[in-house]
Amino acid sequence: MKKNLFLAALLMSLMFILAACSGSGSEEGTEEESAGSEETTEEGSEDESSESGSSADITGAVNEDDEQIAGEGSSTVFPILNLLVEDFNADQGIAVELGGNGTGSGFSALIDGTAQFANASRAIEQEEIDALEEAGIDYTEFLVATDGLTVAVNPANDFVEELTFDELKTIYSGEAENWSDVNPDFPDEPIAAYGPDQSHGTHDFFNEEVMEEEGVQGQLIQDTNQVVSSVVGDQNAIGFFGYSFYQENSDQLKAVSIVGPDSEEAVEPTFENVMDFSYPLSRPLYVYTDNAALEENETFHTFMEFVLKNSQSAAEEVGYVPLEDDALEEELSKLPNLEQ
Amino acid sequence: MTLIDKDIIAKKRNGRQSKNTILKWLFFLCTMFGLIVLIMLIVDTLMDGWSRLNLDFLTSFNSSRAEQAGFFGAIIGSLWLMLVTAPVAIILSIGTALYLEEYAPKNKFTEFIKINISNLAGVPSVVFGLLGLAMFARALQLGNSVLAAGLTLALMILPVIVVASQEAIRTVPASVREASIGMGATKWQTVSRIILPAAIPGIVTGVILALSRALGETAPLVVIGVPTTLLVTPSSVLDSFQAMPMQIYSWVKMPNEEFQYVAAAGIIVMLVVLLLMNSAAIFIRNKFSKRY
Repeated sequence: MKKNLFLAALLMSLMFILAACSGSGSEEGTEEESAGSEETTEEGSEDESSESGSSADITGAVNEDDEQIAGEGSSTVFPILNLLVEDFNADQGIAVELGGNGTGSGFSALIDGTAQFANASRAIEQEEIDALEEAGIDYTEFLVATDGLTVAVNPANDFVEELTFDELKTIYSGEAENWSDVNPDFPDEPIAAYGPDQSHGTHDFFNEEVMEEEGVQGQLIQDTNQVVSSVVGDQNAIGFFGYSFYQENSDQLKAVSIVGPDSEEAVEPTFENVMDFSYPLSRPLYVYTDNAALEENETFHTFMEFVLKNSQSAAEEVGYVPLEDDALEEELSKLPNLEQ
Repeated sequence: MTLIDKDIIAKKRNGRQSKNTILKWLFFLCTMFGLIVLIMLIVDTLMDGWSRLNLDFLTSFNSSRAEQAGFFGAIIGSLWLMLVTAPVAIILSIGTALYLEEYAPKNKFTEFIKINISNLAGVPSVVFGLLGLAMFARALQLGNSVLAAGLTLALMILPVIVVASQEAIRTVPASVREASIGMGATKWQTVSRIILPAAIPGIVTGVILALSRALGETAPLVVIGVPTTLLVTPSSVLDSFQAMPMQIYSWVKMPNEEFQYVAAAGIIVMLVVLLLMNSAAIFIRNKFSKRY
């Protein structure tokens, strides 16, 4: 029995030593590793220095003692900001915290004061404005890029070239069961309509713009990549998703031109059309900031300056459409002037 | 006169035996179904993730550029999380189990507590996440720190460890216990020198299984708002952190297809850690069981 007791004690102590080692070992590792990863990111950004060379124009400074910067929000905006956070860390050595749990989570974090900025794939809603006011938080809305919600069909589909808002509404209200119900010229084949589910800003945007808030019917999927693969795998399918998802899979999908509600002309979801908002399903991507933090936290001010000045190259790199130059100037002018 | 008609018996026996054989294979298929699906999943993940699994992946931080994305922040973050969760959960739950089994009076109230603890083990993790958000993140102002998330996960696995420890303590034979008391030992002497050492294998097994559940849990971390990108590792329990399951979840959601392979590589790393922990539990159980 004594031996067993000894073994048990030995085991417990081993566990604790292991835990302690991994703890202290990790800290040592951290410094080395972060140095190592900085090198790799720097190499990465050198490749595209022609684009992101603008980071040299930053006028603000960073202050190590400033409060930790945190951001939360849309998973659509996440890839752009993630890239900028990474480059900001490589450039200035400041690590910003970033989450991508959805536009709604972003605004609640901004309201709680746990985040200094919230990423949003839609404009702020009245309820959120009220809640911010109640919490005594002033905010500024910055436009960082544009997304074109893309409607796509299977490449084997040779009859759909363009769709009007009304036709889209017939498809996604569940009214039309066959393609011939949408347009008599279309074949009598069943429609399989796919889209991202309610957790996505993309869903909300489609529901507001096209469905007039009457709800999207069809197969709604949480993972947008699954929407894409469903359309790729089914001849009679139609689906909608963010522009970057179309960009990444453009060889396997056929984008549909869209006729806006006040126009006669079908507009293709191309880079230029999304950028100048002539594509009817263009949508702006925002970053909302806490004004008090912008004024008091010098590092955060510098970070936002960095975000805006590099937003064009970052948007392009992850597959979104960047702001036009004069639009960018306007966004930059929203940053408060700090007394240097 | 023949009392036994061999033909009839033979006929009936054939029927029974074929039924026996059919059921045997049916049950075998049931066993295989789960196993085959699991193997397919693992093979698929291995094929997707293998190319991305290298030292750089383990030692660099997350990135929006799929070819540079690494798991380092998440691995270290999860280790920090376990450093908070493990001691809190172990101390609280062994204490609870000892009280309930050794000290508590055998009455209706104790029974009521025991039933509630068993029920708590079945509460969905997202509910514990909401509790953590309200209590630790908001009321105690801990935000999305290691401490807030660690305490939440500790609460989540607490009932599991309590139940496992209770079972382990109960299997210590009454004779040993009585012998100790008969020798004039106090309750605490009996508990610390006889019961705990005898029950340790069962308790440790329960603890490790519960910790591996905590390690793979995503829902409470999403609710608390653990960031998906953070290019530093925490330096104290009050800092925010990344965690392995959250990181995998965020990679799966990325539009760039390349990230699916990165996610697969992350899954492999997490599976290896979990399998190691579970093997340790099995090893301990086999090594130390059958003591009396």
